[in-house]
Amino acid sequence: MDLLLEGVRQALTLVLAGDSEIWAILLLSLQVSGSATLVSLATGIPAGAALALARFPGRSLVVSAVNSGMGLPPVVAGLFVTIMLWRSGPLGGLEILYTPAAIIVAQAVIAAPIVTGITLAAVQQVPAEFRLQLLALGASRVQMVWVVLREARLPMLAAVMAGFGGVISEIGASMMVGGNVKGQTRTLTTAMVLETGKGNFEVAIALALLLLVLVFLVNWALTSIQQRRAF
Amino acid sequence: MGIRWLGALAVLLGLAAAAAAQSRVVILATTTSTQDAGLLEVLVPAFERRTGYTVKTIAVGTGQALALAARGEADVAFAHAPELEKKYVAEGRLANRRLVMVNDFVLVGPEADPAKIEGEKSAVAAFRRIAAARARFVSRGDKSGTHTLELALWRRAGVEPAAPWYIESGQGMGATLGLADDRRAYTLSDRATLLALGRRLTLKLMVEGDRALLNVYAVLEVNPANGPRVNAAGGKALADFLLSPEAQAAMRAFGADRYGRALFVPVAGKTDEDFK
Repeated sequence: MDLLLEGVRQALTLVLAGDSEIWAILLLSLQVSGSATLVSLATGIPAGAALALARFPGRSLVVSAVNSGMGLPPVVAGLFVTIMLWRSGPLGGLEILYTPAAIIVAQAVIAAPIVTGITLAAVQQVPAEFRLQLLALGASRVQMVWVVLREARLPMLAAVMAGFGGVISEIGASMMVGGNVKGQTRTLTTAMVLETGKGNFEVAIALALLLLVLVFLVNWALTSIQQRRAF
Repeated sequence: MGIRWLGALAVLLGLAAAAAAQSRVVILATTTSTQDAGLLEVLVPAFERRTGYTVKTIAVGTGQALALAARGEADVAFAHAPELEKKYVAEGRLANRRLVMVNDFVLVGPEADPAKIEGEKSAVAAFRRIAAARARFVSRGDKSGTHTLELALWRRAGVEPAAPWYIESGQGMGATLGLADDRRAYTLSDRATLLALGRRLTLKLMVEGDRALLNVYAVLEVNPANGPRVNAAGGKALADFLLSPEAQAAMRAFGADRYGRALFVPVAGKTDEDFK
């Protein structure tokens, strides 16, 4: 119990004193996971919408694959992205392993199925009659999809939250492809593992609290947008 | 037209700069113990200031660190598993193995000491007694330098350790000490990590000072033929730096302020023969 209180005290001290290393880690985590979420939205929303509206043979297989992908273990994504980005791997020429770019790639791979799956579900719950009506009123196919997506925007904010929450709290992939390099690829979660290994439990608790506050603030912002639009 | 050419030129310059920047990056594959103890946070910035290289330190178990370097995924390896290191050197995948520093391993265990090994001088004899008593022992089980030494000690003791008394944590030294503490078990630890975690543990020091428990750290350079894009020059620069008087002095001083005693003894210039 003393340890927890000490952790809280240390967290406040670190943040309020503007500890530059902590702030840099916080900022990097936010940038990396934010970028990864954006990439996953850019790919996941069109993919989810297309899957929801299209009918083709083998569709249920693809949908099942996406739904399984929502539970993709980060360490699996990390392993494959690492092998791709190794100097000896197919994308080795990019030389981005152990850089923030590599973490963004891995996290986008983790978040994309989450966004795709939730978009798919959100678009599908818009009644089919509504789509038919739009087309009957003379909307083009693109206009129809756009209106349907707008109709599904509230549940789709949940996709943003789930995607971001999934990657900012993820550790396996960040550790593998980022390497936890001090000042370069050290994120909140990898720093937490390191500090625990070093026996600096207070710092680890401080980092944990920062992560929780960060996730809460982001979700609070998204939720307030969602709930405001809901009425 | 002119603007387009300028744009193309800017892109080319940017690519060239990026390529040049890459050869200034050195990937160091090393063991977790050097990072957990905080030593690298002293050495790496000094090297970067001195040479202008940027170091990416990948701290993993020694087994993985050597494997990464042998694949050419790192430029230099800093490890502590002499037998494994010599194997890679013999295969020609790693080269120029040089001793950097030593410290020691210690055998720790629960206060009750069920195998009655406290004060035993020989680590091998202590291991034999633990096995005979079927007292709980936590192993790293992760091919780290510590794990490699532990397996060598079991072999020398003529014991095939097995469940239920033999527990494999599969984790780093810190987590393994925590598990041993919780299960009231014996475990083998490097002294640096034990000191770093000491205040949280109830484990007692049981066996220390045996020659067999010497922990020898060496630096190895990577054969550029191992894979594409190996920065051999950068790797050699970092290896040379670890053996420089500046780095060796930093190792000698490291830990004295925090733990009241130095954690490592620098040994540049010595060979395995000196520690037989």
